[in-house]
This record gives sequence, structure tokens and C-alpha cells, in this order.
Amino acid sequence: MTRATTIARRELTSFFFSPIAYVAMAVFLVACGFLFCDDFSPGQIAGMRNLFDWMVWLLVTIVPLLSMGLLAQEWSTGTIESLMTAPLNEADVVMGKFLGSFGFFLVMLSPTLLYVAVLALYARPRIDFGPIVSGYLGIILVGGLFTSIGLLCSSLTRSQIVAAVATAAVLFTITIAPWWASGKILSNAWLNVVNQAVFKRYTDFSRGVIDSGHVVFFVLSTAVFLFLTTKVLESRRWK
Amino acid sequence: MIAVRELTKVYGQTLAVDHISFEVSQGQIVGFLGPNGAGKSTTLKMLTCYLPPTSGGATVNGFDIFHQSMQVRQNLGYLPENVPLYTEMKVVEYLEFRGRLRQMERTQLRQRIGHVVDRCWLNGVERKTIGHLSKGYRQRVGLADALLHNPAVLILDEPTVGLDPTQIREMRKLIKDLGGRHTVILSTHILPEVEATCDRAIVIAGGRIVAQGSPDELRASRRMTARVLVECRGPRQEISSVLSRVSGVQKVELLGGEATSAKPGENGYITAALRAKEGYDIREEVARTLVQHGWPLREIRLEHASLEEFFVQVTADQAMARSAVTLS
Repeated sequence: MTRATTIARRELTSFFFSPIAYVAMAVFLVACGFLFCDDFSPGQIAGMRNLFDWMVWLLVTIVPLLSMGLLAQEWSTGTIESLMTAPLNEADVVMGKFLGSFGFFLVMLSPTLLYVAVLALYARPRIDFGPIVSGYLGIILVGGLFTSIGLLCSSLTRSQIVAAVATAAVLFTITIAPWWASGKILSNAWLNVVNQAVFKRYTDFSRGVIDSGHVVFFVLSTAVFLFLTTKVLESRRWK
Repeated sequence: MIAVRELTKVYGQTLAVDHISFEVSQGQIVGFLGPNGAGKSTTLKMLTCYLPPTSGGATVNGFDIFHQSMQVRQNLGYLPENVPLYTEMKVVEYLEFRGRLRQMERTQLRQRIGHVVDRCWLNGVERKTIGHLSKGYRQRVGLADALLHNPAVLILDEPTVGLDPTQIREMRKLIKDLGGRHTVILSTHILPEVEATCDRAIVIAGGRIVAQGSPDELRASRRMTARVLVECRGPRQEISSVLSRVSGVQKVELLGGEATSAKPGENGYITAALRAKEGYDIREEVARTLVQHGWPLREIRLEHASLEEFFVQVTADQAMARSAVTLS
């Protein structure tokens, strides 16, 4: 087992000892349940588009709760010192932390597969799996990006509260704010910027369109935030 | 085993460690002694590759701390100050995690865990959650982690802080046992700790090494040789002048006694502190002289200067030097 997966495994396990993770998971799943009720009514298309669209909004508040402790806690308790004096790289730590919390995100998402089963059972003549698969792909990519942003914010402070608020602010700025702004009268130049934002790209996935450009966008921007986090960890050496 | 050359660390405007150099040979236990904020922890953090030096360098087990950081860390066990641990994990889980980070093989890891659990008296708490353990036990878990991969070098930052007297004694015994097989550097601001556990002490104050050597050598280096305390009865001035003529006596100091105006017949004892010239044992001669003069002698004893006095003196010198610099 590599060092990163060792860290990831520890991180994932530690989520199950944290009350905040259970609270976040419960809020997320209850909210998803309500949203699914809208999708799951007679005469509707047997899909989950409504749920997927709202899920992104939920994640803007849920992901900060999951990611806030990732590194901020290591700084504040000093465990980063025993971690970084073991023979491993900053990149191992960042990758491990990312995979651990991304893993928990997937665990949190997994009960929603039940809705797919329910839809498959009741849909007539039959369920269209295409948009559901692309919707899951989209939400997983968004989850990865959000987690990497949360990890970066968590690496910048010793306070979990500060990390959570900062993450939520950034996620709001790149997701909800552009969507809201696009409804206003904007110059074309600004609309171009707004169209680059997360929500715009994400809605294509929930519509059932898998645009490779969007996939590359999410994967690359996730990688950029992970890279920046590595640099933050290394920065203690520059001081 | 450890060679430090001109190691320096500057934090912003503060000079935390100022060109220190020292060497530690294999199997030695070296105590890093100094008041709080002297630069002990910073030095240890540089040796463990957590912080890079601003200038200078060091080798641990032959590996350079800057260029061969991975090899250094593989050969090193570190117990940081305040012992940071993941409190939600069980003791064995934590040790397994640390072993896997070090890429130890499964069977070897299991065997080493058994060994360090025995060595650090963790039997009976292996399955307990670290957060529920007392400070003393957490300290042992930290030490068990540092020993897990059987490193050549052990670096312990204030290993006995926060322990009760029994635990302190156990910890010191354990550290003393570790010498020989491991090269140990420990930091402390408690003097008896160095005297009890270390082969050698390095005294650091204001980021600089102000003295180093065995505890005995340190005393000698400051001319803090032993003094002889004599308690006798007789006329003060006369005793003083007679004792100062005894061969080998360098200096006589009257410390006062039960009676300050010690006229003969007043039943008053006085205490004199005699400092001998180097290489002299003056006790027999002093006793004989006193008896010859008919002055009753109640006590005569050799008093070793404590390292404590030495420490206070050294740090006071430092403070004085610093204020002199500020004035000029």
C-alpha cells in the first residue's frame, strides 16, 4: 500500500468517528430525499435532473463541513509535525487527504443510488439511464473539485471554522453567484466569464450531455487546487 | 553519528539558532539543556527535517538533512514536544498506521509493535482509544511510535514534561536503557534530568551553545569546583586567618553561624566555606588544624557545586552580555 492510500484510509476511517461528518451526511441525505420527491411523481420523466441540479447547491454548504478539518486540525494539534518527519512527501499527504475525504463524499452519495432503483422499478415504459449516469459523473466531478478547494482552504489556517467559512465563500462565488449574475443584464464579456463557472458546466451533465471539455475542466481545476495545497504545505520551508 | 555545523535559523527578524556546531557519537545520550525559548526545539526541528536551516547544515547517520531528507527521516525516530497524536485512534491502530507510513512489512510491523508495546509499558492499553489515555500513557505511545522502526537516532523533545514523578523516573530509566543501541538527543530545561540520563550536556541559551561536556566537565569549566564546609566554634577572625594559612586553601568565606559575635566561651558555632586550590583535598589538614587550636569541630563536608548553579550562572551571563550589547 502506498503512503498516500495509508493516509487516505486513516482519513476515511476518522470521518466515521466525527459527529460533524454524520450531521453533514444526514442533512445531505434528508435534503436529497425531499428533492427526489419532486422528481418522483406521476407524469414526470423518470429522471433525477431536479435532484442533481439542487445537489450542487447542497454541496456548497456540505463540503466545507467535511473538508474543514483535513489539514487545519493537523496544524492546530501539531500532528503535521509527526507526519512530515516520517519519510513521506507533501504530495503524499495532500493526495491521501484528498482521497480520504473524496472517499467519504462517495460514501455519502451512495445511498442516493436507492432512488435509481426506485425509479427503475416504477418507471413506465422504462427508465432512461443515460442522464442518470451523466448526472452522477457530473456530481462526482463537482465533488472532487469542491473537496480540493476545501483542502486548500484547510491548509491555510489552523482554525476549522475559518477553513469552513472560506471554503463556503469560494464555492458560493464560483457556483451560485455566477448563476445569479447570469439572470441580470450583463455585458457579453461578463457573460463569457460567467459561462465558465461550475454551475453552467454542471447543468450539461444533469441534462445528459457529457462534454469532454467539461470533464477536462473539472479534472484539471481539481489538480490545480491539489497542487496549490502541496505548495502551501511546502511553504513552511520557505519561511 | 550526528554532526552539526554552523546551523542557523532565522524566523523573520528573530535569530532563533545562531551558528551552532556540535557532534554526537554513536550510542551517546546527549541532553540539550536550556531555558524556554533558547532554540532547543528549533534545532531539533531542523535535525528532523521538519524545518530547513537558514544556513549551515547537519548530517544524521551520514545523511545530509537538506539534500537527503528522506534517508534522514528513515533513520530517525522523533518525539515532538507535546506529543501530537490522532486521539480518535486506538493505540495499536495508530502504531500500525505509523508503520505503514514507513512502509514496514506486515509481519515485521506486527513483531515490532509487540516489541515497542512491551518496551514502553503499553501492555493492557493497546486496544484503548488514545484520547482516553492519561498524559503519561500518551507520552509512551509517542515514544513507541518513535521506536517503531528501530531507528539509529532518537530525538526526544521534552520527553518528561507533564508527567508525574513516578512516570518521570520510569521515562528516564527507559531513555537511559535506550542509550548504547540508539543515539539519543533529548531536550529539557530540567537539570537533574541531564544529570540522571545523559552522557553529555549541551547548554544552549539565546540560540547559542554556551557550554558542552559531561555534567562533571561543565562544572569544572566554570571553576565551580567543590567547596568544603566547616562548622566549628571559636573566634571568627582568628579561625578565618588560621584556615586561610592551611596549605591548599585558596579562599575562606565565613557564612555566619548560630552566633554572630563569636567570642570564646559563648558557645557559638560558625560556618566557614573553604575553596581549595585545584587538586587539593584539604579536609584532613583543616580538621587537624582546628583540633590543634582547640576549636570544637561539629561538621566538615565536601559540597559539590550543582549544575543548577552553573545553569543559572550561564544564563545570567548571557542576559548580561545581551544587555551590554544593547547598551553599546
